[in-house]
Amino acid sequence: MNWLPIALLGVPLLGATLLLIPATAQGRFLRAYGLAASGITLALAVLLAATWEYGGPPLPQATVDLPWIPALGLRFHLGVDGISLPLVVLTALLTFLCFAYLCWGDARQPGQLLSGVRPRALVFTLLVLEVGMIGTFLALDLLLFFVFFEVVLIPMYFVIAIWGGPGRRAAATKFILYTLLGSVVLLLGLLIIWAQTGTLDIVALAQSHGAGMPRSVQILAFVAIGIGLAVKTPMWPLHTWLPDAHTEAPTVGSVLLAGVLLKMGTYGFARIAIPILPEGAAVVAPWLGAFAVVGIIYGALACLAQRDLKRMIAYSSVGHMGFVLLGFATLTTVGINGALFGNVAHGLITGLLFFLAGGIKERYKTADMPALGGGMLVRFPHLGALLTFACVASLGLPGLAGFWGEMLALLGSFDPAEGLSRPLYLAFMAIAGLGALLTAAYFLVMLSRVTHGRPSPRPTLAGVGGGGERGLSSAPEPASEAVLDARDARGYELVAWVPLVVLILLFGLWPKALLALTTPVVESLLGVSL
Amino acid sequence: MNSGYLDSFPAAIILLPFLAAFAGLLLVRRRRPPAEITRTLRAPDTGPSTRDEPADSAQPPNRESQPEGSQAGSPAQAEESQAGSPGDSEVLPAETADPAANRRAAWFAVIPTALAAILATWLAWSQGFAFFDRLNGSSRPTPPAGGTYGQIDTGGVPISLTLQADDLSSILAVLVTLVALAVQVYSIGYLKDDPRYPSYSAFISLFTSAMLLVVYAGDLLVLYVGWEVMGLCSYLLIGHWWEDRANSRAAVKAFLVTRLGDVGFLFGVFVLGVAADSFRISDVIAAVPQMSTGTLVAATMLLLAGVAGKSAQVPLHTWLPDAMAGPTPISALIHAATMVAAGIFLVARLFPVFVAAQPTLDVLAVLAALGMLGAALAALAQDDLKRVLAYSTISQLAYMAAGLAAGSDTAAIFHLLTHGAFKALLFLCAGVVIHHVGANLMSQMGGLRRALPVTFVTMTIGFAALMGLPPTSGFFSKDGLLVAIERALADGGLTDAAGLLLYGCALATMAVTGAYATRAWLRTFFGEVRVVALPEPEPGTAHVIDVREAPRSMLVPIVLLAVPALLLGFAVAGHLDWAAAAISVALALLGAGIVYAFWRGDPVADPARLLGPLRAPCERAFYVDTVYTALFVRPVLALARLVVSTDHRVVDGAVRGSGRSARDVSGLLRFAQNGNVQLYVSGVLAGVLLIAVGAVMLG
Repeated sequence: MNWLPIALLGVPLLGATLLLIPATAQGRFLRAYGLAASGITLALAVLLAATWEYGGPPLPQATVDLPWIPALGLRFHLGVDGISLPLVVLTALLTFLCFAYLCWGDARQPGQLLSGVRPRALVFTLLVLEVGMIGTFLALDLLLFFVFFEVVLIPMYFVIAIWGGPGRRAAATKFILYTLLGSVVLLLGLLIIWAQTGTLDIVALAQSHGAGMPRSVQILAFVAIGIGLAVKTPMWPLHTWLPDAHTEAPTVGSVLLAGVLLKMGTYGFARIAIPILPEGAAVVAPWLGAFAVVGIIYGALACLAQRDLKRMIAYSSVGHMGFVLLGFATLTTVGINGALFGNVAHGLITGLLFFLAGGIKERYKTADMPALGGGMLVRFPHLGALLTFACVASLGLPGLAGFWGEMLALLGSFDPAEGLSRPLYLAFMAIAGLGALLTAAYFLVMLSRVTHGRPSPRPTLAGVGGGGERGLSSAPEPASEAVLDARDARGYELVAWVPLVVLILLFGLWPKALLALTTPVVESLLGVSL
Repeated sequence: MNSGYLDSFPAAIILLPFLAAFAGLLLVRRRRPPAEITRTLRAPDTGPSTRDEPADSAQPPNRESQPEGSQAGSPAQAEESQAGSPGDSEVLPAETADPAANRRAAWFAVIPTALAAILATWLAWSQGFAFFDRLNGSSRPTPPAGGTYGQIDTGGVPISLTLQADDLSSILAVLVTLVALAVQVYSIGYLKDDPRYPSYSAFISLFTSAMLLVVYAGDLLVLYVGWEVMGLCSYLLIGHWWEDRANSRAAVKAFLVTRLGDVGFLFGVFVLGVAADSFRISDVIAAVPQMSTGTLVAATMLLLAGVAGKSAQVPLHTWLPDAMAGPTPISALIHAATMVAAGIFLVARLFPVFVAAQPTLDVLAVLAALGMLGAALAALAQDDLKRVLAYSTISQLAYMAAGLAAGSDTAAIFHLLTHGAFKALLFLCAGVVIHHVGANLMSQMGGLRRALPVTFVTMTIGFAALMGLPPTSGFFSKDGLLVAIERALADGGLTDAAGLLLYGCALATMAVTGAYATRAWLRTFFGEVRVVALPEPEPGTAHVIDVREAPRSMLVPIVLLAVPALLLGFAVAGHLDWAAAAISVALALLGAGIVYAFWRGDPVADPARLLGPLRAPCERAFYVDTVYTALFVRPVLALARLVVSTDHRVVDGAVRGSGRSARDVSGLLRFAQNGNVQLYVSGVLAGVLLIAVGAVMLG
């Protein structure tokens, strides 16, 4: 199975490269092409999960280890373990669903950007993005990880800057500058590790549990890497690029941004920062936990007073990522398990939420909640019901995926690792619990405002005008389009949404599916003796 | 000793309504022909759709005030939007109920619930209804049925997927399934013309399933799953008529207030689970002797928050009266069998833990004492029939909590059972009355005993049981509770002050209960028939139908529920304490007599006037809601606005500021790059000079 990681990167890369041949793909062929490229990648990811040796030793499987730049000792080292497998599959799935959303049917709906500007460039960009995202989760070499981490930024910049909303330029610039700045700090941290240990091999470094690095160096490296990852996560107060980027990004951009890009930051904590720098982690963890719970409360309060639906979901990501970071900060198996679970669950749920928000924005031509009025359950019963489902999942209802991550993070902070202050973590737990309540509050208030009540008459919708998606032809809509516009959930949307709904239910009812994967790896990374 | 097939019963009983819920949501509606789809859009699965409201689709386009920031910009846009609205109302379905879909949904709802009820009864019967043995003093240990369906390793304390049916769970499951069945059958008639009946009945099935999960759970976190899913179902069902914003608000309030308690509950589960190194209930109870008092008190206090939330006890009771916004059968379900029963059940389930934590029992006693009397007084002043019943539920639940605090879990659970029967009966009867009158307010009712003879008889039984009059079930169960409280006072089971307060409040509440039950009974069924103009059917009230008595699907459940409400008490008839019984009946009759005297004096006026100056505070339930709004809701909202503005000005302001200052600094540096060669050369010379001086000085 060692060819699988190469193939997972190769297929989308090849797919993107072939698009460089001018004037090859147009219209229907382009749509089939995009679906096929992402579909094959998803099939490979599923194959990887299917051939995965469950219950094996907690080591990377399907590894590839080739010399890359021998002079510097860099190796092209890929592999998959229990932590990265769910994320690889999630990435492939979300990318495929984005393509399904874009390409299904005749692709003439407003959300389906392929009928708009530069369809070939969009497919190319998304495939390159997929290479970077999957590569980040596969890399087992520090510098290789960094390279993929950076590769992702460029296509995402273009997705926001070309296909985004009216304020896309500023949002894209802010996104790239902010995250690049974080990456620089991250690179510094990685170089510190390299300078101290002389190796970049993540597996070897994790197995040595920080041996050979003095405590002060570990702290310095952890802070540097932590800040770099925290920008991407995002951790309060380094989050302000996120709401702008989400609000302006097109639907598929928002979905991938929330569903996968944020995961890269948290994944870095589990893959690099905590296992390689255990002493640094022990010192910095209380600070991480403090920022995390501030983020939970802050994000929830920001959501409560938010007017824009997409912006609200973006801030809810800050809160949810706070739970993930809190789980990491406990430095316990339970907490990190919870963080990893929360990671995947957030990818599914917030991915679905952004799909739905995109659908709402296309129909109402605005995501401003007062302008949306109410009565979505009257006007679009399917859409309203799905939105209710996604919100309920996101507020952490047991039986749906969102609950287990939060619960385990809280359980972890109830009983944190030795050497951490118990009262402090109990306070974190109490504050985070309050945050969970506020999370429920803002989602339910939003549902009450948007889905309940009677629909406001049409004028308020058309009054905002324009804005929306740029891919849409800007000519005034004919009457037939207005009726079409009022359609409930359409085929191409359901194709993209239903798999997420099913997975949210599945992981909620059967959390063991994920926990059985991550537990052994987390225990070995933390050096917990079995 | 168990025969093997019984072990699979709990899982089957839980799964039946669970699967029914999914089937009801996904399979009931059929796709319509495409031509029709473009005209009227309907919800084939999860989506509830519009009610039939011709007034709504015919409304003028600009009826609602335009939200700020979305004003129509140009005349052209305004014109376009005006043009859009007729098309819009065309698209908006002028929808009526689909009788075929409703019929299918009814089958999906009733059959699995009936099967679950049969299985639950079978299970309890094969265990010999052991709970009643315990109530009668002979404790014969019954081996619990159930099984473990795997274990979830979390890396810490594992979660074991265990279901267990002991005497307590078995008897409660019978109550839950039977009341749920009654509610499902009743709802067929009650929501006959409701286009959202399919999703409604599916949510009831889910609700039932969640409550059964709580009842049968053998692991605290499994229990928590059911506990929270019930919160969601109550949200969905209380907000069933969400066209009205007030109903939507009530639903949100119910969810949030209970969730506030649930956060504490989850932490309490953590304390117990980590202390016992297992979330399994049997392990936790077995580990109680090893736990420190501090741990036990902390755990039970935290659990108590969840109990107060779910069982609507002071100080988290405020959601329950507002929950009357839901359809009346839902009130019956929430008040009798699910949701509020869960809190009392949980304390009984973990009773050994609570008994070991004396301070918690004292707190519970004080909360119960305040809750029972306050809620009873509030019930006396309400004009809305359903709100009277809602406050009476809070009061009766406080009785059960009092029994638990006094150290008798059996008496509390027995009252839970009888209360489940008679409160479900009362709500379903109230539903018939409301259905008939078309309003909730008692000031619009009166003289209904001739129009609704069956309902009159059954509701009289219900009120008698609520007052605790012999020979109804409530008489026996209240007697048991009063005996338990007396004993706790005598034995010092409670701290003296708490015990005295509890006993005093319990006696006073007996009288007030008699008063408000009599008032509701008299004002509904006696006196003049008020002439009421039948209002338009609005969301929040039932449809008005003019038949003399309700349809059979509504009457049959009522009559069947009247039987246990009347007779269930005889299960323990041998253990009556006649002195306590005499006191409680005398007090109830005293309260009833006073109200009757006031009512005789002026049948049209409200007997609530006997409260005098207390009437206004009672009607507003002592302003607790107002206080909470001022103390919690407004500050949180203000804080939220503060955060948004801070985020924009300070946090993001720093980011934008750093970007701007970078540009400013580069602007400064640009002055140096002015293309003047002399300046460059002077700069280079100055640099060389600096280096030379530095080298000399340091070298």
